[in-house]
Amino acid sequence: MTTEPPRGAEAPPELVQLLTPEGERVEHPDYDIDLTPEEVRGLYRDLVLVRRVDLEAVALQRQGELGIWASLLGQEAAQIGSGRALAESDMVFPTYREHGVAWCRGVDPVNLLGLFRGVNHGGWDPAEHNFHLYTIVIGSQTLHAVGYAMGVQRDGAVGENGAATIAYFGDGATSQGDVNESFIWASVFNAPIVFFCQNNQWAISEPLEKQSRIPLYRRASGFGFPGVRVDGNDVFACLAVTRKALADARSGQGPMMIEAFTYRMGAHTTSDDPTRYRLADELEAWKLKDPIERVRAYMFKNRIADQDFFDAIDAEADELGRDVRKRCLELPDPEPLAIFDHVYAEPHRLMDEERAQFAAYLEGFEG
Amino acid sequence: MTTLTLAKALNEGMRKAMEDDPKVLVMGEDVGKLGGVFRVTDGLQKDFGEQRVIDTPLAESGIIGTAIGLALRGYRPVCEIQFDGFVFPAADQIITQLAKMPLRSLGKLKLPVVVRIPCGGGIGAVEHHSESPEAYFTHTAGLRVVACSNPADGYTMIQQAIRCEDPVIFFEPKRRYWEKADVDTSAPADDWTPFDRARVVRPGADVTLLAYGPMVRTCLEAAAAAEEDGRSVEVVDLRSLNPLDIDLVAESVARTGRCAVVHEAPVFSGFGAEIAARLTERCFYNLEAPVLRVGGPSTPYPPSRLEDHYLPDLDRVLDAVDRLFAF
Repeated sequence: MTTEPPRGAEAPPELVQLLTPEGERVEHPDYDIDLTPEEVRGLYRDLVLVRRVDLEAVALQRQGELGIWASLLGQEAAQIGSGRALAESDMVFPTYREHGVAWCRGVDPVNLLGLFRGVNHGGWDPAEHNFHLYTIVIGSQTLHAVGYAMGVQRDGAVGENGAATIAYFGDGATSQGDVNESFIWASVFNAPIVFFCQNNQWAISEPLEKQSRIPLYRRASGFGFPGVRVDGNDVFACLAVTRKALADARSGQGPMMIEAFTYRMGAHTTSDDPTRYRLADELEAWKLKDPIERVRAYMFKNRIADQDFFDAIDAEADELGRDVRKRCLELPDPEPLAIFDHVYAEPHRLMDEERAQFAAYLEGFEG
Repeated sequence: MTTLTLAKALNEGMRKAMEDDPKVLVMGEDVGKLGGVFRVTDGLQKDFGEQRVIDTPLAESGIIGTAIGLALRGYRPVCEIQFDGFVFPAADQIITQLAKMPLRSLGKLKLPVVVRIPCGGGIGAVEHHSESPEAYFTHTAGLRVVACSNPADGYTMIQQAIRCEDPVIFFEPKRRYWEKADVDTSAPADDWTPFDRARVVRPGADVTLLAYGPMVRTCLEAAAAAEEDGRSVEVVDLRSLNPLDIDLVAESVARTGRCAVVHEAPVFSGFGAEIAARLTERCFYNLEAPVLRVGGPSTPYPPSRLEDHYLPDLDRVLDAVDRLFAF
């Protein structure tokens, strides 16, 4: 075994960062951002609230109220930064972990819980929020996103007042055929799409080395479009880079891949046990790069907020957690015959026949 | 009335659908300038442009996955899978995404996507070019599965599939592409047989043959031969496999008391098994003999020099008829 880096991976990866883990603003020649104090406070509020919703969901799962939950802990900046870069007319295709992006799109967090509680497979209207349903099969949504973007092209919605599409996926998904096919399609059709890869270092138990021997963002060049790696724990940088990529897509410059370099601080899902495959030291090192703490430090240093502000956000977060919990527990179980609803959009006699048979069977238990 | 091959009838049907609705797109491998390897999309790109007739990269999952995205944006894609055996790279998108997304959205999303698949054998092709994968798809809730058997149905059924709000897997019997028949292209759509209905294509009294796609013609030929032996054979073209027009089928079998299901696909776990089970439930006391299945052996499709032995033909169907009477 050689200890040398694999061929093609010699050059150190570049990373766009605008806010250091210590809360210092730094400049980048290609990406900058000018945020008002109010905007910074807004981003901080988003980060804290989505972390609180996530924490509540983990607790609900531990108490048996959710079947499973996929935590976003540690990925808040990647999701809020990219989510807040979106224009209203942009379309989002998420995985099943984009709770922060959903928040930015105005999806009620309780609607996210329905899927994990098992009352439905997706409880929000994608058209209302321009936020598609969660997709559980790894990478499938990237092709849907490219197809959607091809539709945007055919509608003439590229150029001035154009609309972009953004596809979310993880480091593990980059090994999927569908993701690679989506890169090819996007490239040859010059689709107005941004590929937003949250590299959280782990695909359940498999480290990035099992998926790639080059930095993921460098894959893009082989497909014929630019790729960039951004500090995924830096909400300013994620916002700036995504904003630029979306603007380029909308104006007809075609696809771009963003690799948000981040870390899954929790388990893959509540069913997972990361102690079996990764060291505690790694988690401790990433805790020093926490996406929320650095914004807080920046705000303190620059007097953008005082203790009263932070206390108020914490109180709002607790109230949100309570509200989400209460409404989660109130989610009604669907009626048994709902099994047959919406399987087909048009009348289907097998559904009618089986629904009637099942209804008759259920009626046998009454009285 | 105009005389068309099945390939041309499908072509005319797609052309009509594209004229009627600007949201209808055609996409697939080689569907543009070449007109598809069977020329079913011949001339469409020339007349409707590259934005509506899309030569795609050579990846079937990508075809279906992007078609789903286009449908989500309001388009009605008609996808061509070049050959039956090449649908499997797209099986994941068809089964986990296309079939289930309307349900997952609680009805808020509709996916009017048509997946055209030239199917079946009989053209002397190399492996993976002669398969009958319909049962994989009839087993997947959320999909409609239909099979046309003749030019007239090809013309109407493709248009009905395109107008349908549900995803449709549309099987085309490739060895019948060049067979001609009269097609009434002027009949109003309201007069067409609904595309989820079966049709009695030859009335008879003693035995019912159930078939779809390429085997309908084989069954009609068998019925004509049986008549010379004094047997009156009814032939039903199922046309739609999911949903299955079980009422029409059961009515026929209850009347004749004897039934064989004929398809090219292997018999084991094939679509005929579903029909046999349902007929047992619906027609138990009317049956004079067990429902027989005539199909391919439960083996992979053989090299083409053997396909005449593999595929059900007139003699195999007549043999089944004999066994139905011998029981």
